[in-house]
Amino acid sequence: MSIDLSQFFEVFFEESFEGLDTMEAELLNLVPGEEDLETINTIFRAAHSIKGGSGTFGFTSVADFTHVLETLLDQIRQGERELSTEHVNLLLKAVDCLRGLLAALQSEQEPDLNEANALRLQFEQVLEINNDAEASVQLADAKDTGSNTYQIDFKPHQHLFKTGNEPLFMISELAELGELETHVFYDEVPDITELSSDECFLHWRFFLNTAKDEKAINEVFEWVEDDADISIELCGGLFTDDLQSNTVNQSAVSEECTSKNEESSTTQPTPAPVKPKAQSNDKKPTTTPESTSIRVGIDKVDSLINMVGELVITQAMLNQLSEQEITPATITSLQEGLAQLAHNTRDLQENVMRIRMLPINFVFSRFPRLVRDIAQKLNKQVELKLLGEQTELDKTVMEKISDPMVHLVRNSLDHGLETVEQRVAAGKDPVGTVTLNAFHQGGNIVIEIMDDGQGLNTKKIREKAIANELITADSILSDEEVNELIFMPGFSTMDEVSDLSGRGVGMDVVKRNIQSLNGSVEVTSAPGVGSTFTIRLPLTLAILDGQLVKVAKHTYIIPLISIVESLQIDITKVSRVGKNLDVLRLRDEYIPILRLYDIFNHQNAIESLDKTLLVVVETDNQKVGLLVDDLLSQQQVVIKSLEANYHKVDGVSGATILGDGRVSLIVDISGLIKLSGLKKPGSQDLIIDQHIAVEA
Amino acid sequence: MNAEQSEINNALSLQQEQGVKQFLTFIMADEEYGVDILTVQEIRSWEEITELPNSPDFVKGVINLRGTIVPIIDLRLRFGLPSVEYGSLTVVIVVKVEFEQGSKIMGIAVDAVSDVYSIAEQDAKAVPSLSESNSCEYVAGLVNVGEKMVALIDLQKTMNI
Repeated sequence: MSIDLSQFFEVFFEESFEGLDTMEAELLNLVPGEEDLETINTIFRAAHSIKGGSGTFGFTSVADFTHVLETLLDQIRQGERELSTEHVNLLLKAVDCLRGLLAALQSEQEPDLNEANALRLQFEQVLEINNDAEASVQLADAKDTGSNTYQIDFKPHQHLFKTGNEPLFMISELAELGELETHVFYDEVPDITELSSDECFLHWRFFLNTAKDEKAINEVFEWVEDDADISIELCGGLFTDDLQSNTVNQSAVSEECTSKNEESSTTQPTPAPVKPKAQSNDKKPTTTPESTSIRVGIDKVDSLINMVGELVITQAMLNQLSEQEITPATITSLQEGLAQLAHNTRDLQENVMRIRMLPINFVFSRFPRLVRDIAQKLNKQVELKLLGEQTELDKTVMEKISDPMVHLVRNSLDHGLETVEQRVAAGKDPVGTVTLNAFHQGGNIVIEIMDDGQGLNTKKIREKAIANELITADSILSDEEVNELIFMPGFSTMDEVSDLSGRGVGMDVVKRNIQSLNGSVEVTSAPGVGSTFTIRLPLTLAILDGQLVKVAKHTYIIPLISIVESLQIDITKVSRVGKNLDVLRLRDEYIPILRLYDIFNHQNAIESLDKTLLVVVETDNQKVGLLVDDLLSQQQVVIKSLEANYHKVDGVSGATILGDGRVSLIVDISGLIKLSGLKKPGSQDLIIDQHIAVEA
Repeated sequence: MNAEQSEINNALSLQQEQGVKQFLTFIMADEEYGVDILTVQEIRSWEEITELPNSPDFVKGVINLRGTIVPIIDLRLRFGLPSVEYGSLTVVIVVKVEFEQGSKIMGIAVDAVSDVYSIAEQDAKAVPSLSESNSCEYVAGLVNVGEKMVALIDLQKTMNI
């Protein structure tokens, strides 16, 4: 008892939550009537591990609750019970409930057992229904064999060991008599300082389901009768009120009692450490700490070790070279060695990053449940398709993308998909489809959320935008531009605010969240055919491919991903708009020229347009040209935070350290555009003024 | 060695009990200023710095401190003193400043470092508030060390930028 189990709690919780996720996912796969035995086994195993773990760690409330659902699963597994939708719903509820219990325990709060107890009653009812249906057979069986359940309390005196008796032998002897369930109580175990190894402080309670009679049980304890308090009772309705505790232990054995004696459930005192109060009605907000550990496949670790091995060899080789005299021959091998070193480092870096990568399935897996629940609530028929679940994504990105995705999926279900009647009327399949798709494209991960619903109602969006004064009534906007408006703050087309969406804080928050990850979101839509939201995210937040550019004497880094092209300016195609904005006509587009030195207030930069270079970058479907003195090299840079020791700098998303140890700043394109005062085409100011104003 | 260590620890705790703190002092415009030595991480010579765009003039920029980006504040400009060319004596004192949101590592550029004094906190006198100079709000107290006067700096206020 002296082992501090709490050090393992975190692992237990993590595993249990994983187990619950598995259960949930598998439950959703279950189709009543054609259930797959392997699926049920998987669910059963997950439930079983949670029960086992929570029992070990003294979370009896969880263990007891898990036990009832395990029983139900076991019966289904054994083919004793037909699976019904009702069962699946009940089990799903139980998964939620367990998650709540575990979350409460994890944040060291008293779990709220009301829901658990209510659910357990439902489980018991379900179990009883079965017993009624098949009872006659089972009970007959039981009576045939004359099987009885005994509750045996066995409390040895402290000197038990000195008489040469070993409780373990007695327990195994009991087990031979029939089905045995054992509970051990260690509440009398003293502090380690007073613990004497030759004294017995434990006592037990057994539930024995046996065909033998009391005499046989008595025989087991024959030798210790004088050295222990033993009580053997036939089980069922024998418990006095003072024994009643809040936790009901539903054991495999005691269910049989319940079936005979419907109203009296077998209760038993909760053993020591965790004593949850059933009447804790005050619901404290459960704060789940952000998970800080990653499970890494052993293959990834192995490959890392290999890389490091190679790195060490290369380093040894270079070391050896450095000891030799420098000749042209050694220089060549030195260069080779350095090239190998660069190669190794790159490999190592990629592999280290891979550790942080997890399949996007971790986010996707919550959607089947979400869609099922929402579809039931909205009374719509929805099929969810998941594609590219194995696409890997950085863990931090993953954690932050899941909420925006939930929002988008909800929106698709609520606004996008029509009701069954509407779909039938439109000649569509009554079952709507929502597809989540993830794939890699360049250095980005692209996540698409597609529905085959009614599409965005461009007309309605436009009316709403005019009503909300986002645009003026005479604005000329293309359909795409109108659709983009749904990402504006305070925009919602839903006339009625529903439980699911329509509060008007949604899409702009979605967009802002995604932008904070250096990503973008856009929407395409076709009336009557459906709409697609496309989220683009960088694979990782830690490293980016950058183009180094020179502005005056400063070196800045432009994320390569946002660069469209770099060019020398053809001065004849530049025209001045408004007070001090130059616009370059590039093929069919007009690209506003932002002078980096001007925006960043640097002196001594090259100002004339024909001696400088223009880096055309794109963000949010908006192209701008950044005027720089020169293009330097391209390289991968590790992103360092400026905020850690300073604060956010406008127009700069972070910093990095160059090869020579100097700090270089990474340009934040959208921040830069904001800083320059440039308005996005399509917004109100532009339309009214008919020119673009530059403030800075 | 352990005995030595514990002696030092004892001496330290004794000092703390009596409210005696050690202060690192530095020189700016012939005046001596002090910061709590426990906040000082290291002292570096002046080095090339990366400017931050559109920042206040006293924020000189950021340096790479073994992989961490650390902002450097010119304390002369922060205190409204005339700026000087950085020379071989110019040093950057890297300090750890505790803010409500957590601690930040920042550097202060000063003319030169001076000495370390043990100063009892209760000896510090309040700053006379009649001065208009904005440097006063950053000074937590004044103490006499021998003939000299040392201004103890309130780092939280000074570095809250």
